[in-house]
Amino acid sequence: MRWRIVVDDDLCQGHGVCESEAPEVFSVSKDGVLTVLQPAPDDVHRPTVDLAVRYCPTHAIRLIEE
Amino acid sequence: MTTGAPITEVSGRRSDGGHLEELRSDPIGLLTRLRDECGQVGSFDLAGRRVVVVTGAECNEWYFRAPEEDLDQAEAYPFMKPIFGEGVVFDASPERRREMLHNQALRDRYMRGHAETIAREVDEMVADWEDTASGSVDLLDFFAELTIYTSSSCLIGRKFRDSLDRRFADLYHDLERGTDALAFVDPYADIESFHQRDRSRAELVELVGDIMDERLRGAPAEGDDRDLLDVLLSIRTDDGALQFDADIVTGIFISMMFAGHHTTSTTAAWTLLELLRHPDQLDAVVRELDELASESERAGLDLTYQALREMPLLESAIKEALRLHPPLILLLRVARRDLEVAGVRIPAGDLVGATPAVSNRLDAAFADAGGFDLTRYLPPREEDLENPWDWIPFGAGRHRCVGAAFAMMQLKAIFAVLLTRFRFSLAQDPDSYRTDHSKMVVQLAQPCVVDWEGR
Repeated sequence: MRWRIVVDDDLCQGHGVCESEAPEVFSVSKDGVLTVLQPAPDDVHRPTVDLAVRYCPTHAIRLIEE
Repeated sequence: MTTGAPITEVSGRRSDGGHLEELRSDPIGLLTRLRDECGQVGSFDLAGRRVVVVTGAECNEWYFRAPEEDLDQAEAYPFMKPIFGEGVVFDASPERRREMLHNQALRDRYMRGHAETIAREVDEMVADWEDTASGSVDLLDFFAELTIYTSSSCLIGRKFRDSLDRRFADLYHDLERGTDALAFVDPYADIESFHQRDRSRAELVELVGDIMDERLRGAPAEGDDRDLLDVLLSIRTDDGALQFDADIVTGIFISMMFAGHHTTSTTAAWTLLELLRHPDQLDAVVRELDELASESERAGLDLTYQALREMPLLESAIKEALRLHPPLILLLRVARRDLEVAGVRIPAGDLVGATPAVSNRLDAAFADAGGFDLTRYLPPREEDLENPWDWIPFGAGRHRCVGAAFAMMQLKAIFAVLLTRFRFSLAQDPDSYRTDHSKMVVQLAQPCVVDWEGR
């Protein structure tokens, strides 16, 4: 099953926890703007992305299974 | 132009000042009655100015997602201006806040270092407790002083923190006491708490000025030895004068520390008090911390950053303290244009508020909403995640407290030390501990004493 990452931009404040957990998937710029480098990553990234979802301080990240 | 029903006002308006006196004496009573009488949108009268208060998930989501063009926070807190001083803004746009997050040492990558700093500050606060087997402590005095040291050390720098003592905490406390709701009418009204606020701010400026002078007499700090004060001192005008004088620097420091000070201090006190009122749940939390401490010891490590993230029971206790005793009970914005929510029309110029004190206790969102229950945050219930627009001790959405993660980590680090080394008990009638709601910045009412003994 494929899965993809959805970010609620109203909630994201650019703390950078997702980048700490999964730097290959998330990048937070110097001025705090999040870029999802891989919106639909391979399963190999799933464990670290799950941690990013779990520890995001604003709960701004969701995963959608499709 | 929007349509929609007019706003219902809560009962109890007085001819002089509307609901101002009730807001100054029993704000939670006022806000709870407003919800009961008016439903999810109602209003009270603040000395001639309408304050629209929304509650519940639907309205809160609207409130917290609203852009600045609709609901503006910048001018909603007139009582902060005399505290911060001229030239220091209370709030910034969400975009600017994002930038500040990175300069303000709150970013995730700095948290590990902060965890160690906080543990060291707690150790120093209780250093002389080791001399006696037991004693008692006033929780407001203790946590207010501790959080001055932790926030100054983490946000400004260890060097600046080392030049502070109890005096700074006492003066800072006077600023927080200077937040009477009367400021909505006149922030410089002739009342004692405002005079004390202004005297104490002046003393803080003197204190910070002395620290600045001392720095300027010594050799300029370099590299890692620089703290934020060194950076501010290094910024000069074209003719070589200081860009920021003692007044501005003090204002910057006050504002940086303000949001995280009384909030963390009060939450620490209530976490301990609620646990002491619920001994079974306290035992479970202490067991959790003891196990983590012995694991760390076996691994030959200090309590790790990861361990601080994984304290589900302690985290739940902190969340329950925040839910039942939110340090901010009324969050405010100004309506910048005519708005409509839940079929009700809000005209431009009205103050619009959301209330953690009421939303956090709604029966629709929380089982046994008045009870202290750690299990409500554990899977499968996770009532905070299930109700992100009702569980709002940190606010929510665009203006959500940027220090929430820092605060949670700080509170865990504090109790990881205190509860593994000491056993606490209530020194007063359990029902005698209460919050003083007479100021917009709420604090624990004194006395609020607990006893401790070494474990």
